[in-house]
Amino acid sequence: MAQEKGTGRVKRGMAEMLKGGVIMDVVNAEQAKIAEDAGAVAVMALERVPADIRAQGGVARMSDPDMIEAIQAAVSIPVMAKARIGHFVEAQVLQSLGVDYIDESEVLTPADYKNHIDKWSFTVPFVCGATNLGEALRRINEGAAMIRSKGEAGTGDVSNAMQHMREINGEIRRLSSLREDELYVAAKELQAPYELVKEVAEKGKLPVVLFTAGGIATPADAALMMSMGADGVFIGSGIFKSGNPAQRAAACVRATTFWDDPKVIADASRGLGEAMVGINVADLPAPHRLAERGW
Amino acid sequence: MKVGVLALQGDVSEHVSVLIACGVYPTTVRRRSELDGVQALVIPGGESTTIAQLARIFDLFEPIRSRIAMGMPVYGSCAGMILLADRILDAKKDQESFGGLDITVRRNAFGRQVDSFESDISFDDGSKDLVRAVFIRAPWVENIGTGVTTLAQVDSHPVAVRSQSILATSFHPELSGDHRIHRYFIEEVAKVALEQVQ
Repeated sequence: MAQEKGTGRVKRGMAEMLKGGVIMDVVNAEQAKIAEDAGAVAVMALERVPADIRAQGGVARMSDPDMIEAIQAAVSIPVMAKARIGHFVEAQVLQSLGVDYIDESEVLTPADYKNHIDKWSFTVPFVCGATNLGEALRRINEGAAMIRSKGEAGTGDVSNAMQHMREINGEIRRLSSLREDELYVAAKELQAPYELVKEVAEKGKLPVVLFTAGGIATPADAALMMSMGADGVFIGSGIFKSGNPAQRAAACVRATTFWDDPKVIADASRGLGEAMVGINVADLPAPHRLAERGW
Repeated sequence: MKVGVLALQGDVSEHVSVLIACGVYPTTVRRRSELDGVQALVIPGGESTTIAQLARIFDLFEPIRSRIAMGMPVYGSCAGMILLADRILDAKKDQESFGGLDITVRRNAFGRQVDSFESDISFDDGSKDLVRAVFIRAPWVENIGTGVTTLAQVDSHPVAVRSQSILATSFHPELSGDHRIHRYFIEEVAKVALEQVQ
């Protein structure tokens, strides 16, 4: 019996299995084990967490294959890794290493300011960031099997994630209220393919899993984003830039599952020690805002 | 029949949709009181290590284990199969399972995500039609004990097994739009097991 690999169902299905979970940024095997022990559904292997990329500056690139393989060897849960926007060779390298998901990420320095990677040509699935519905649908059209709303990574400020989640879901609600003959213009305005726009209007949701990312630093932040309709949460700098990573990681996992139960979130929030210091997005000069990368 | 879907993490809504299509209106189970209200349980796909840990933290682990031991009908897909297995290979250190199904399961046995696949396989429920099976970082069954029957295989590894009240598949019928496996669980496993109890 033929076994078909890399089909849309297999790629999108992998993201379905992550729902209700927390995916954590890690920079070495030790952090990956802490994340796994805390109940992460997957880890994102990267060389520097966004807060450090922001602080140190310079060009941020794909991680060292040795580091990714060390993390793969250390944990049994899925391992994701980031490639630069448009850098299809980095993506090919990551696929050859057997990473489970590639994040074509604005947190790294873009390699191409016009084109994203043609993600259909890969067996490994991709997750991409989006600030609005049009951007999400353009990424899905290029083959993304999972979307994460963008926030302002490495800040610990959840306001941007909140704004983009409201934006995406607000536009989906608006589409659902349109007459069928109005969807053509809606597609033009969203700069997205008509077929995808029609599908979203009919189903009232994206055809792929929608996570959230960027600026999530506390259990209450994670629960807030879940109650805004996220299927799950990426936490980057928020865990390993805090006072007690193991405890904070486990607390965020609990709050993500019981996002609608303030008592559980209160218990999870107790005695966590210091959260990451954080930067107000409003204080960031526009050229330093990562969420604005990608188009 | 009151069926619950364990909703700590994973593709809960897919199982809920298929069960509704089968005429069963499931409830989600995250708390002890919700578990007490169901007669049968579905454990979804997801991350087996995460689900086991959350079950521990929220005091569901022992209640689920003892309900299964007392004969509550259960169906587990992928991570659900791992959580129902008595023995796990390639497990995370100290990884726990609810157990109840006398099998040894190997986690991620088919490989990483790049090796995930879908295929038409035969499923031994009396029908000759093939069933579309989606395997995602899937486990397979390495050994089965007495009282466990193999219902489907891939490359001579069991990928669907049952005992009297437990059904487990390493693939995800909730993703393929084919409701046959869920119907089999309701009609041939759960109803029969519950009638015997009464």
